[in-house]
Amino acid sequence: MTDVALSLSGLTVSFASGGGRVRAVEDVGFELVRGETLGLVGESGCGKSVTSLSLLGLLDPDVARVESGAARLGEVDLLRLSERELSRVRGAKVAMIFQEPMTSLNPVYSVGAQIGEAIRLHRDVSRKEARARAISLLSRVKIPAPEARVDAYPHELSGGMRQRVMIAMALACEPEVLIADEPTTALDVTIQAEILALLSELQRSMGMAILLVTHDLGVVAEVASRVVVMYAGRVVERAPVEALFARPLHPYAAGLFRSIPPIGASQRGEARRRLPTIEGVVPSLRELPRGCRFEPRCPERRPRCAEEEPPLTSQGERDVRCHFPLA
Amino acid sequence: MTPLLVATGLSVHFPVSTGLLSRGGRVVRAVDDVSLSVDAGETLAIVGESGCGKSTLGRAVLRLVEPTSGLVRFDGVDVTRLDQAALRKLRRRMQMVFQDPYSSLDPRMTVREIVGEGLVIHRLARGPALDARVGDLLARVGLPRDAMSRRPHAFSGGQRQRIGIARALAVSPDLIVCDEPTSALDVSVQAQVLNLLVELQAELGLAYLFISHDLKVVEHLAHRVAVMYLGRVVERAPAASIFARRRHPYTEALLSAAPVPDPGARRARLAIAGEPPSPLSPPSGCAFHPRCPRAVPGRCDVEAPALTDEPHAVACFFPD
Ligand SMILES: Nc1ncnc2c1ncn2[C@@H]1O[C@H](COP(=O)(O)OP(=O)(O)OP(=O)(O)O)[C@@H](O)[C@H]1O
Ligand code: SF4
Ligand SMILES: [Mg+2]
Repeated sequence: MTDVALSLSGLTVSFASGGGRVRAVEDVGFELVRGETLGLVGESGCGKSVTSLSLLGLLDPDVARVESGAARLGEVDLLRLSERELSRVRGAKVAMIFQEPMTSLNPVYSVGAQIGEAIRLHRDVSRKEARARAISLLSRVKIPAPEARVDAYPHELSGGMRQRVMIAMALACEPEVLIADEPTTALDVTIQAEILALLSELQRSMGMAILLVTHDLGVVAEVASRVVVMYAGRVVERAPVEALFARPLHPYAAGLFRSIPPIGASQRGEARRRLPTIEGVVPSLRELPRGCRFEPRCPERRPRCAEEEPPLTSQGERDVRCHFPLA
Repeated sequence: MTPLLVATGLSVHFPVSTGLLSRGGRVVRAVDDVSLSVDAGETLAIVGESGCGKSTLGRAVLRLVEPTSGLVRFDGVDVTRLDQAALRKLRRRMQMVFQDPYSSLDPRMTVREIVGEGLVIHRLARGPALDARVGDLLARVGLPRDAMSRRPHAFSGGQRQRIGIARALAVSPDLIVCDEPTSALDVSVQAQVLNLLVELQAELGLAYLFISHDLKVVEHLAHRVAVMYLGRVVERAPAASIFARRRHPYTEALLSAAPVPDPGARRARLAIAGEPPSPLSPPSGCAFHPRCPRAVPGRCDVEAPALTDEPHAVACFFPD
């Protein structure tokens, strides 16, 4: 059975910080199955982007260092590739889209030129063919009047259209894996719904695996089949989406879900009720707790939690990093 | 009881320069003929997507931007006609909390200066009394008193938003315009700030004009909701009634597009085609007609529907 498109294990990344080094992610791993969407969730700074950027060798080498880990894509380990080898894999086998398409598009070239460039990087086609293919990609991502829009510059497009262009570029060479880091966070909800629908549709027709990085639990519930929850650089829970939302095992995941304002509160006369919160704040990477990283804020903590960091343990089809997981 | 805040036929039009030949007098109708009211102690939420004019509306109410036409009354006083001195005095009672907790606080000022600024401007406290008051305000929003001597960069996003709320509270306002105060925050931090806003309202009888695109937050907080599209209010009703029955097709689309944090609830959406039109060239008739599944040619593209009367007001020829 080799349904696994990408398998990440033991990823640890450190950053230079005030004379020393801090670990932004530690021992992170997951398997991305062909044709599935895996959600990577957690709050700001928990290490989602560091994880996804390291898969493509996009971390800033001046400050960041991959300490250990393996990211297997078929025969190759993405974390061991040279910059030259990586540039061949990037786009062809693994592609990425980001939150703010404007910063990833070059403002001085037309979108057609940029998509064409992405194609010609990996395929030996003429400019004319590349342009024709760019137009067909634009129509595939449902940009109206693609023959005209192919000559448009990024600033002439709305945020939603620019994200479609980014998707077109990412899909130019039909990658096996698409990494999408907060792809709809900057968009309005009606546009977000369209982009998410477009991604699912393309996924179905091309069979690619999607790693969807987001802080939005609603988006994850809508599109992911399995979810990885991170806290302070660690994976704390890994589970199928239904199981996770129905009954989170990790106290942090449970706290996160409870703090979402409930839908339908106005109908039940429950608006403005006090929302359950997670007390305190996320620890700084420079002073992580010695035991469980969530211990100082955890309503379930017991003495052992402050002493000993829990390992990630399997419970059937899911994994949880907690000494006393919720029943 | 007369409402605390009443806006009648409020419009804000911005002139646009269209390059060399910009004498045509073209304008963007950012806010177009909006009427609303907010009672003391009440939350009116303004919802809509980016560019629909909700922030401009919030600013126009405080006269942080000048309305082009229309009337704003605050506690019986016509705000639109006040001179600068009178306006400054009235601002003591109308405050604002902004979306971005990073750019809305001056990084060079200490928290004491930021929170105490209004007290100094309005000569409400000085010296030790000022410090005591700032300390109380910080404690009230859940920050340590010794936060006073630090500068904004020493705080997280959620803490900065608390500083922004303390600053608004300092002068004991009756109304706070909150422009997306939690949308830059993580959900667990958002919950803390929402709880704080609810508590402060119950305690101090504050009214909020709460601007947001997040419908979960709006349903949690709002007593009444106004939905805006392209500068206009298209639906306005008590929260319980709008969340039970969305009458305007745009409200329906907005609610059905919002992702629900429940994998069991994945559902068919009411898809609306395309993107919001540019406010520079609004469509004829009903501004929503090009995207509307209910639009009837010959009617919706010709005539603009008026907002019906309360309690569940809607601007649509074919409301649900
Ligand atoms: N270039 C860098 N130099 C130093 N530290 C960094 C750098 N990039 C990221 N970090 C740190 O690594 C940690 C994880 O950051 P990361 O960007 O992965 O978080 P995230 O989960 O993607 O957050 P968000 O939801 O805000 O995007 C943070 O503490 C961050 O400050
Ligand atoms: S290990 Fe202990 S402190 Fe950590 S999450 Fe589990 S119960 Fe809480
Ligand atoms: Mg990120």
